[in-house]
Amino acid sequence: MILKNPQAVDEAALPVLPIQEFRSTVLRAVLEGARLSAFFGRFINGKVKLYALLAHDETGECTAIATIVQDAYPSLTPECPQAQGFEREVAEQFAIRAEGHPWLKPVRSHRSPYPFFQVTGEETHEVAVGPVHAGIIEPGHFRFHCQGERILHLEIQLGYQHRGVEQLLAGSPAKRMPILAESIAGDTVIGHGLAFCEAMETLGGCQISPRAQALRGVALELERLANHAGDLGALGTDVGFLPAAAYFGRLRGEFLNLLMELTGSRYGRSFLRPGGVSYDLSETQRTDFEQRLARAQKELQTFARMLFDTPSVIDRFEGTGIVTRQVSEALGFVGSVARACGSHRDVRHDHPSGIYQFSHLPMMTADTGDVHARALVRWLEAERSLVFLREQLTSLPEGELHMPCSPMMPNRVAFSMVEGWRGEIVHVAITDAQGSIARYKVIDPSFHNWMGLAMAVRNGEISDFPLCNKSFNLSYAGHDL
Amino acid sequence: MLKILATRVEQGCRTLPFPSALATLPERFRGRPTLDHSKCPDGCQACADACPVQALQAGGAMQLDLGRCLFCRDCLDACPEGAIAYTRDYRLASTKRQDLVLQGDEVPRVHALDQKMRKLFGRSLKLREVCAGSCNGCEMELQALNNVVFDLGRFGVQFVASPRHADGLIVTGPVTENMRVALLNTYEAIPSPKLVIAVGACAISGGPFRDSAQVRNGVEGLLPVDLYLPGCPPHPLTLLDGLLRLLGRIEDQTAVNYPRSD
Repeated sequence: MILKNPQAVDEAALPVLPIQEFRSTVLRAVLEGARLSAFFGRFINGKVKLYALLAHDETGECTAIATIVQDAYPSLTPECPQAQGFEREVAEQFAIRAEGHPWLKPVRSHRSPYPFFQVTGEETHEVAVGPVHAGIIEPGHFRFHCQGERILHLEIQLGYQHRGVEQLLAGSPAKRMPILAESIAGDTVIGHGLAFCEAMETLGGCQISPRAQALRGVALELERLANHAGDLGALGTDVGFLPAAAYFGRLRGEFLNLLMELTGSRYGRSFLRPGGVSYDLSETQRTDFEQRLARAQKELQTFARMLFDTPSVIDRFEGTGIVTRQVSEALGFVGSVARACGSHRDVRHDHPSGIYQFSHLPMMTADTGDVHARALVRWLEAERSLVFLREQLTSLPEGELHMPCSPMMPNRVAFSMVEGWRGEIVHVAITDAQGSIARYKVIDPSFHNWMGLAMAVRNGEISDFPLCNKSFNLSYAGHDL
Repeated sequence: MLKILATRVEQGCRTLPFPSALATLPERFRGRPTLDHSKCPDGCQACADACPVQALQAGGAMQLDLGRCLFCRDCLDACPEGAIAYTRDYRLASTKRQDLVLQGDEVPRVHALDQKMRKLFGRSLKLREVCAGSCNGCEMELQALNNVVFDLGRFGVQFVASPRHADGLIVTGPVTENMRVALLNTYEAIPSPKLVIAVGACAISGGPFRDSAQVRNGVEGLLPVDLYLPGCPPHPLTLLDGLLRLLGRIEDQTAVNYPRSD
């Protein structure tokens, strides 16, 4: 069944294939260039219904299929590595084994000891870090398997942040849902908030006004700018180049403060609600924003040139933590991580919704796949976001801030995709016969990309790990849900 | 090198003159809420019904629990009479849990540490942060304290890597089942006397995740809390103000007339 982002379809119209056919359809589509954007389960009458959402970036379409399984099914992962995390998640949540999966390890559960890989032989050793790290960051456990100074593999055990977001979203009253969506990852309040709103709006048949669409775009790009600027500063810190850390750190604050001027919160909380937005941009604010963004644009360029023109910085950035395009596409990485190794994928470009249907941002890519490329892509994207913002501000359309939403339609499967600052965010909401949420699935870009960090540090040294880690800057909360 | 120096000169000093000058926040900033019970029609429950986290009690004595409040707009939008308003006041910290329950226009109080503790920590406080299931919002605002604008280091307060080097623990998040042991172990590893600071609605009451099977509703009953810093997430100024008041570095606790938020 062919879908366009965002869309709700009748659950009965979704093809339910026998497992072999389901499997071959997914494998064939991936072989032809599609991505497995979502793969998850849901209990139905004592069995488990598996759903797969395939994104075809070339045509801007998605296909959705389903199958029914019980106890076990032949794993997709050996032929389609993109499925590895999804299949582990299904195994954990529904006790459905993916037979033939090479590492069917827990994703979030800490019920039994984590089955770490082990290395043996001369000069081999393991280094364990976390869950409590040295800095003010989220918890996770890293196990480095090393031979001498060389990292053979890094195993990342997550789940410490597991709060039960999906279960809460499915069982909470409507008033609590937007708050939960905004709290999936605190640095992606707008990204997840928007994906949630678009999914709800398709379920309630609600069309939001052009003005609300434009203001949502403004908030999403401000969020991207704040995070990209913050990351560029943090990369400076990790290579001991403190001027960049200080200036980008402050610039990040400027973008957060702009978001606060618009929304009353530095992270944009309570700005997005199904049906529209809760604040308008006044004419005085608009002129003020234009001036401040023009200044920020100049500063971004000065600071970025300072960072990228410093030989000691470039020496540390270049060739560190390489992820090849081949690996990226096999494992289904998204966002700036994928674009930094030459994969052309950006929801704003491939599956646009809202303002991005009318206003296009050029896609920024690099091809070296190292820390330098991931930093460069952030800088270039930040520049494009600033151009986009200034364009939007000069031509804000008219319209109601908020449109009424009807109750959710029963027996529907709704999905939405948003290019958050880390990459593709996917939300899927399935309603039951009463029109309440029966299953809510959230896929943060980090869910795909954590494996990227493990691949990037292979054959590197532990001393490069902090820099590599920062160049990915993945979300623990978004992954753990 | 010249480019770095030129940028340095152009940037100048960006640190806030805090606390010598009071900071002003934008019109829409949702800071300390105020309640005006006299405006409530008899039996009206609209705000309490709209609150996503049961932070409000209406009908009879109106109360708002800052420890639960997520500073969203839902009660404001639901109230027909404008009985609830946000001010631009960022002072929300309290040393007592019950002082976070507001009834009118009061500012929660921070009781500064006693003489002995102030002698130990007043000019040098090292804190270890543990994230126990937060969304990363509170972490980002704690990190922001280290940037050039807020510059926490100038007050002698620092975040340290090891609990063995720390004088206190900052906790964020609703305390997930999977982080409970690590949190308690970190607390144990800090030498006494030690402080515990709960940052954000999650650590104080569970926040948006309250009553999820995967979380405890914050640190209450798990660790003895010395300072509560409410918010979702708290603004860096809320954090800075609370810490400095605990250390006795801001003594003036009188009400300042902060304008209403838009």
